[in-house]
Amino acid sequence: MSRSVFRIVAIPFMAVVFGVLIGALLIVSQGGSPAEAYKALLVGGLGDSDAVLRTLQKATPLIFGGLAVAFAFKAGMFNIGGQGQLLVGAVFAAGVGFGIDGLPVLIHLPAALIVGAVAGALWGGIAGTLKATTGAHEVIVTIMLNFVAGNLTDWLAANPWKDNSGSNIVARTPLIENSATIPTFGAVPVGFLLAVSVSVACWLVLERTSYGFEVRSVGHNRHAAQYSGMKVGWIMSSTMAVSGMLAGLGGAVESLGVDGRFEAGVNVGLGFEGITIALLARANPLGVVPAALLVGLMEAGAARMQYKSDVAPELIDVIQALILFFVAAPIIIRWLLRMRHDNSEQVQLGAGWGKS
Amino acid sequence: MAETLLGAYKVRKEFPGVLANDDISISLRPGRILALLGENGAGKSTLVNILFGMYRPDDGHVIIKDEVVDLRGPDEAISRGIGMVHQHFQLVPPMRVVENIVLGAEPTRHGLVDLAEARRRVVELSERYGLEIDPDALVEDLPVGMQQRVEILKALYRDADVLILDEPTGVLTPQEADHLLGVLRELTETGLGIVFITHKLREVLAIADDIVVLRNGQVVGETRPSDTDESGLAEMMVGRNVMLQVEKSVSRPGEPVLEVEELEVKDDRGQIALDGLSFEVRAGEILGVAGVEGNGQRELVEAITGLRVPSVGVMKIEGEELTGESPRQITKKGVAHIPEDREKHGVVAIYSLAENTILNRYHRKPFSIRGILRRDVIRLHAQDVVDEFDVRTPSISVPASSLSGGNKQKLIVGREFSDDIKLLIAAQPTRGIDIGAIEFIHRRILEQRDKGAAVLLVSAELDEILGLSDRIAVLYDGKIMDVVDAQDANREKIGLLMAGITD
Repeated sequence: MSRSVFRIVAIPFMAVVFGVLIGALLIVSQGGSPAEAYKALLVGGLGDSDAVLRTLQKATPLIFGGLAVAFAFKAGMFNIGGQGQLLVGAVFAAGVGFGIDGLPVLIHLPAALIVGAVAGALWGGIAGTLKATTGAHEVIVTIMLNFVAGNLTDWLAANPWKDNSGSNIVARTPLIENSATIPTFGAVPVGFLLAVSVSVACWLVLERTSYGFEVRSVGHNRHAAQYSGMKVGWIMSSTMAVSGMLAGLGGAVESLGVDGRFEAGVNVGLGFEGITIALLARANPLGVVPAALLVGLMEAGAARMQYKSDVAPELIDVIQALILFFVAAPIIIRWLLRMRHDNSEQVQLGAGWGKS
Repeated sequence: MAETLLGAYKVRKEFPGVLANDDISISLRPGRILALLGENGAGKSTLVNILFGMYRPDDGHVIIKDEVVDLRGPDEAISRGIGMVHQHFQLVPPMRVVENIVLGAEPTRHGLVDLAEARRRVVELSERYGLEIDPDALVEDLPVGMQQRVEILKALYRDADVLILDEPTGVLTPQEADHLLGVLRELTETGLGIVFITHKLREVLAIADDIVVLRNGQVVGETRPSDTDESGLAEMMVGRNVMLQVEKSVSRPGEPVLEVEELEVKDDRGQIALDGLSFEVRAGEILGVAGVEGNGQRELVEAITGLRVPSVGVMKIEGEELTGESPRQITKKGVAHIPEDREKHGVVAIYSLAENTILNRYHRKPFSIRGILRRDVIRLHAQDVVDEFDVRTPSISVPASSLSGGNKQKLIVGREFSDDIKLLIAAQPTRGIDIGAIEFIHRRILEQRDKGAAVLLVSAELDEILGLSDRIAVLYDGKIMDVVDAQDANREKIGLLMAGITD
């Protein structure tokens, strides 16, 4: 057991090490000091309670986005629509958050979260249902739905739900009520705790329930699943709905816990980072948390690194890309580590492509 | 004339974890037929692929016409006169016979394909070797036996002096197979040498001049048909004494379990694959469905198990309507199914053996309760299946992909047989597995029959059908040609029916 855990962790870990080492070379080539730069990065992401809060806040939507991609992947599907699902989740959660007042926290906050989750689930479920009924490839459908979601949420924030207070000209909703705001305990945002619980729940569902068994069976061998009496179409639709729900929940937590409202353009790109996280976590829901923390830390510390050592913040993107490159190319790591090739552990996130 | 037309000298080939060929030497002389005999995984394909230039040996040499050669690819093998007829034909169905034969080596005039010249050469070739064929027919319109002839002509057109045939009779009716053996014998009279790969002992004895038996990547025996017999060859292949024929008692059929009336089923392209089929299978009997593959067997199995919806017709189990039910509902009625394609439908390769044993029962008690999987129960169940069905494995936690074909099949059979079965649908239950596992699975199927299950056995192996069935239905072109009692059946009679000939 411990050996297999080692093998699962070894590749992402070594990928991080190699990414950081090559990053150091790049810093040197820019005339900087790697030690200073990385120290600033760590202090910026972990140095005090504000830094920790920043890291956890950055990590939270990444966890949800990563879970969304990982969950769909377990059923053999590639959800590239995390961005759209996150946006609808964010805007509708904000809608409930500012649109209703006078509710107690225990009702208002869960209601806003649930509405965000359901919006994401519907958005993801469209792609799953189209795949199950017509064979439309989920990658194409989710990409197109990203545009629809982007325009829909922009329009909502600019027109019916626009914040008309004072002289506001920005496409954004009014601030949400206090009763719908996700609180923060010290340096720990409750949204982060929610994200961690959800990732444990995802793992339990996938590994310990009969529904999860169906999802994994469809992902590994759809023909055998059908032959065994599983309803493959239903599992595809429902898995994409769950995946969308996770992304939508991520959006809701952003609106209710970080931004305090929905603002057009603020969350752009967050949904796509979920793909990075899922890849780094090798599609394991439990791996999503450390992967998101790592990326969250780098993002939280990037500003301080630039300020202290004058290294361009884009370097963080380069290091992230390098880490991803090493994760996605485990053969290189295996070769570097002289690990024996082992098919049973291979997780290829790209497997959703080309399968119809 | 060369002493050795084609040979291997101390050839060794290793794949990760498997020594596929270990110090193998063979020699094919002109005008002779060399049969390579061995079970799946014995190393036959690897050896042939080395001889044809697909793989390079790690050690040892390939010899062509007494000359040590280092083949860099199939192109080189072909240019040195080696022709290969693959098990799955490499033809272009919508093109004409002559086009298929010259494809890749077309005669040209002014840079354009000279079809008239091609046609002339093909006609001449087919006359010289007595392989009659219509050069203008479309390949897709030809029966399988004729398509195979096109493949052979393709090799001869490229001036082959050696033909390698990989399981050439697998897709043929017994009569077509006999005919092919006759053709091959005639071909050798021109000095051609033939390497014939098969697992059918009868054919080896009928045609080979020399027999080489492989097991676990090694040559375990070299003999001639006059010096051995079927059980001798089987013993060499397996390494121990085997029962080729299962002993079975007389069946005592009871009430009809499966009743099929006027069943019409379409295939994936929307063509009618089963055309008004009616038959019944009774409790305690095995109805064998014989026929060349592609005559509707797959569609029949898929219709009964709910994987394909029939366009017309009624199917009943113990009087209860089955038509239009989902696979799960059909399983619930006591139908077990050994699928034809083990890798595609039978197992989830990456799943552990334990997970594979619950594929069709994970959703019910005691394997899950209120949607939560009971891991301890599942493990106990899996251990039972593995023990009882003699699945050779280090543990139930290893992935199914680590098992051999025979052990995978035993795992599937074990899973399907863990409940009381009213109807067993066994589709190609022993395809591509070792003789030991075949013997085991045959006994288990008979056991189910004796316990009162109705068994529908669909198989392309006529020996399997004849050995196990109580009654035999012959399927041809989507219709049942006839149903005969096993006592009255023999290869010739069934073979004619398989070719669509009734007297």
